[in-house]
Amino acid sequence: MRTISDLPYESASGNDTFPLLPKESVESLLSTALSRGGDFAEIFIQRSRTASIPLEERKIRAAEARISQGIGIRVISGEKTGYAYSDDLEMNSLLDVARVAAYVADGPGTERAIHVTAQLAPDYYAIRIDPADRSVAQKTALLKRASKAAYDYDPRIKQADVYYTDEEKEIIVANSDGLWIADRQTLLRMMVHCLASQRRVSRKGGCGGGGRIGMEYFDRVSPEEIAREAARIAVVQLDAIPAPAGMMPVVIKNGWGGVLLHEAVGHGLEADFIRKRMSIYTDRMGQKVASELCTLVDDATLPNRRGSVNIDDEGTPGQRKALIEKGVLAGYMTDRLNGQLMGLPFTGNGRRENYQNYPIPRMTCFFMEAGDSDPEEIIRSVDYGIYAGNFSSGEVDISNGNFTFSLTEGYLIEKGKLSYPIRDATLIGNGPDILTKVTMVGSDLALDPGIGNCGKNGQGVPTTVGTPTVKISEMTVGGTAT
Amino acid sequence: MDYLEFAQDVVRSAMSAGAHEAEVYIETGSRFHVDVRMGEIETLTQASAKGLGLRVFVDKRMAFASTTDFHTSVVADLVKTTVESAKAAGRDRYNGPPEVEPGPLPHLNLYDPTIADLPAERKIEMAKEAERAAFDYDPRITNSHGASVGSHVGTRIIANSNGILYSTLGTDCGVSCAPMAERNGEKQVSYHWCSKRFLSEMDPPAEVGRQAAIRVLRKLGARKVETQDVPVVLDWMVGHMLWGAVFQALDGDGVHRGLSFLKNMLGRRIASPTVTLIDDPLMPGGVGSMPFDGEGVPCSRKVVVENGILKLYFYDARAARKYGRQPSGNARRGFASLPSVSPTNFYLKPTDIDPSEIIRDITNGFYVTETIGHGINTVTGDFSLGAAGMWIRDGELAFPVQEVTIAGNMLEMMRNVEQIANDARFISTIASPTFKIAEMTVSGR
Repeated sequence: MRTISDLPYESASGNDTFPLLPKESVESLLSTALSRGGDFAEIFIQRSRTASIPLEERKIRAAEARISQGIGIRVISGEKTGYAYSDDLEMNSLLDVARVAAYVADGPGTERAIHVTAQLAPDYYAIRIDPADRSVAQKTALLKRASKAAYDYDPRIKQADVYYTDEEKEIIVANSDGLWIADRQTLLRMMVHCLASQRRVSRKGGCGGGGRIGMEYFDRVSPEEIAREAARIAVVQLDAIPAPAGMMPVVIKNGWGGVLLHEAVGHGLEADFIRKRMSIYTDRMGQKVASELCTLVDDATLPNRRGSVNIDDEGTPGQRKALIEKGVLAGYMTDRLNGQLMGLPFTGNGRRENYQNYPIPRMTCFFMEAGDSDPEEIIRSVDYGIYAGNFSSGEVDISNGNFTFSLTEGYLIEKGKLSYPIRDATLIGNGPDILTKVTMVGSDLALDPGIGNCGKNGQGVPTTVGTPTVKISEMTVGGTAT
Repeated sequence: MDYLEFAQDVVRSAMSAGAHEAEVYIETGSRFHVDVRMGEIETLTQASAKGLGLRVFVDKRMAFASTTDFHTSVVADLVKTTVESAKAAGRDRYNGPPEVEPGPLPHLNLYDPTIADLPAERKIEMAKEAERAAFDYDPRITNSHGASVGSHVGTRIIANSNGILYSTLGTDCGVSCAPMAERNGEKQVSYHWCSKRFLSEMDPPAEVGRQAAIRVLRKLGARKVETQDVPVVLDWMVGHMLWGAVFQALDGDGVHRGLSFLKNMLGRRIASPTVTLIDDPLMPGGVGSMPFDGEGVPCSRKVVVENGILKLYFYDARAARKYGRQPSGNARRGFASLPSVSPTNFYLKPTDIDPSEIIRDITNGFYVTETIGHGINTVTGDFSLGAAGMWIRDGELAFPVQEVTIAGNMLEMMRNVEQIANDARFISTIASPTFKIAEMTVSGR
C-alpha cells in the first residue's frame, strides 16, 4: 500500500530542494484553479528518473540518466478542459499555473475552499531488487551477457544491439473531489536487435522483455534468452520467401499477437471516441460485435505487468473490466471527463504520458481470454494460409475500423503444417468484421513479454497486449507474391 | 537567468569535475495549444518549459544526463554523477564533440514576432474558422474530431569545450483540422494541416478546413479491390512518409554497419533519373531550418540524390570520425536525447507537372492518399503498408478504396519512379510532390 507519507521526497541529489507540496498548498492551488468557476480541478505532480544503457558493436555506447519533474493543473468546466504545466515548483509560479488553467472557465471569481484527504493506492507491482540499488556497472553486465549470447547463437549474426532502460516515476494526484493519492511506478525493459547476414542477404530480428518489476526479472527471464530469441528470428528470416498477397486464413500466435486486438477493438472502445461518436463501436452496446468465442478484457491489476497501474493518472484505482463478453459489447474504458459526461463509472483508464499532458482514455493490459482449442490443432486446420509469429506494431482508424499490424516473423501454412518462413508483411482488416471471423481460440493465453508502447494524440504510454493462439478465417495479407 | 552564461558555466563545471570534453544543450520555450470541437473549446493548454542535456567524455567514454530542474545543487550533483558514470561506458576513440572551430553561422531568420505576440483569442478563432469551413463545405460533414492551433516560441543553445557557443530563437505555428463525414451509417475521418514559422506563410485556416473536408468526402463509399499488380500514384502526404524512411536508411553509421538497404550504393543509381532529393537546412523560414545542428556543426544545403545517383550518406561527429567523413550538420536532438541524424528540410524536387496529368495517363491503377501502419524495413528495403485512396480507371478517379495494402521494395520503387508532380507542400521536415511508380502489389481480396 502506498500513502503520501511513504514517498521519499529527496530530489535526485538527496537535498530537499523539492519539498512535498504540503496539504495547504495543494488545497490553495485547487481553490485558485476553481476561482473562475468550473466543475473540477486537479493537480498532477510527477518526478521521474530514468537510466538507459545502449550497447552497440560489443561496446557500451554511453551511460544515460534523465531527471524530470513538474506539475500539471487541469480545470474542467462542462466539456471544456483548461490545462497548464510547469517544471518550476515554486509556489508563486504554481499559482500562476493554476490561473492559466482556470482561463477556460469564465464565471465570476469566487473562492471555494477545497479539502483533500490522503488515500491509499493498491499495489500490483511489488519490487524485490530496486533498479536504483544497482550500479551502472552491474547493469552493463546484463547487457554484455545478452550481446555475447546473440553473437554465440550463430556465426551469421553480424550485429547485436542491446538497449536497457529503467525508470522510477512518482506521481501525486489531488483533486477538488477531495482525493489525494500517490504512486511509485518502476518500469524496466531490455531490447535486443540482431542482424543476420548470409551471402548478400541481411535480415533483422528483435526481442525484448521487462515490466513493472525489479532486477529479479533477469533471474526469471535471462538476458541470454532474450538475445537468443532475437538472433533466432534474424536467422530464420534469412530463408524467408516473399509473403503471399490476398485474403486467406491467418493463425495468430499467442502473446504479442494481442496487437491485433489492441488495434482491431481496443482503441474503438475508448470512451472519448464513443462519446464523440467517432468510433465504429458507437451505439453498439449490448450488440454482438465479435464471435461468441471472444471475451476481451482490460485489466490493470495484473502483477508486475508493463501496462498495469495501481492508480491511473487521475488517481482512480486500476481495475479489471470485461469489455466484450462472449462476443457481446459489455463496456467502455473511461477517464473522469468522459465517464462523467456519459454517466458511466470511472474504470481507471485515464492515463497521460507525463505532467505536460492531460489524461485521455487509454488501455492498460488488454487481452482475450483463453478458449478451448488445442493450439496445434488450430494450425492443422488450415489448408493454405499464414502463421503470424511475431509483430512490430499496428495502427487503426477508429472511424471506419480499418486496422493494420505488421509481421516480423511469419510462416506459410500448407496442408496444416508450417512450411516456409515469409518476409515481413502487413495484415489489414476491419475490426468488427475480423472479430466475427475468429473461428478458433486456443487454450494458451499469453501476454507480451513487457515491451509495448501505445501512442494516441501524440502521447505514449506503456501498455500490455495478449492473446491465446487464434484463427481468423480470412484476412488480407499484404505480401508481394500474387 | 542568462542561459548562455549558464550553459558555459555547466561546461566549465564538467571539465573541473574531471571531464576531458563536454557539451551542454539547453532548450527553453513556451507553448500554446487549443483543440476546438463542434465550434467550442475542448481543451486549452499553455506552458513554459525548459531543459538541459549534458554530454561528457572522460577518456573517450561517453555519459549523458538531462534535467528540467536548474537549481544549482541539482545541476552540480548531475555534473558529478554524470562524470562518474562515464567510467561504465566503453572507450571509443571516435567519441567526442565535433572538431569544428567556432565561427560565423549562416544567417537564418526563424523568429516571427507576430506569432510570438499572437493573442490566445486569435488562435482560438483560427481553430474555429478551420472547423467551420469543413462543416460549411458539405452537409455530409456531420461530426468532427476537432480542429486545433498550436504555437511555440523557443530558444536552443549549445556550448561545448571546444569553445562553441551558439543560440537561436524560433517560432512556429500550426493549424489542423480532422472532420468526419457520414453517409448511411458509414463513418470516415481525414485531416489536413499547415505548419510554418511565419504567420504570413500559413494557409488561411478556412483553406485548411476546406482541404480536410475534400480529403474526407473522397473516402465515402470506399471498398476493397482484388489483389493485383498495378501502377501506383502516391500523393504528397504519403510520399512524405516513404522519403522519411529513405532518409533513415542514409544514416552513415547504420550504412557502414550493414543495417541499411542503401549500403554500398554511393555514386550508384538508386532511383530513376527523375529523382533528385535535397536536404536544405537553410531554406528561408523552413519548418526544419536551423543554422547549427544539435552538436554545434554549422548546417549546409546538400544534394543527396542527383538525377537518381546517390551522392552522400549522413554522419554525426562520431560516425564522421570513424568513417573518415565530415559531420553533415544533421544531428538533431531535444535536450533529453542524444543527437541523431535527422532530416532538416528534406524533399523530392518537384517538376512543373500537375498531378492530374499523371493520373490522366493511367488506365488501371491506384492513387494512394493515405497509409496505415509502419511496415517499412530499412534493413531490407521491404515495405508493406495499409493503404486507402482512389482507384484510377481510364485516366479518371473512379471510386474510393480502403482496407488494402501496398507492398514492394523501396529500392525497386525508387528506380521505378516514372513521373513527379509539382505539388510538394513544405509544412514539415519532409516534403514530397505526388509521384507515380510503374508497379506495386496491391493486396485486397
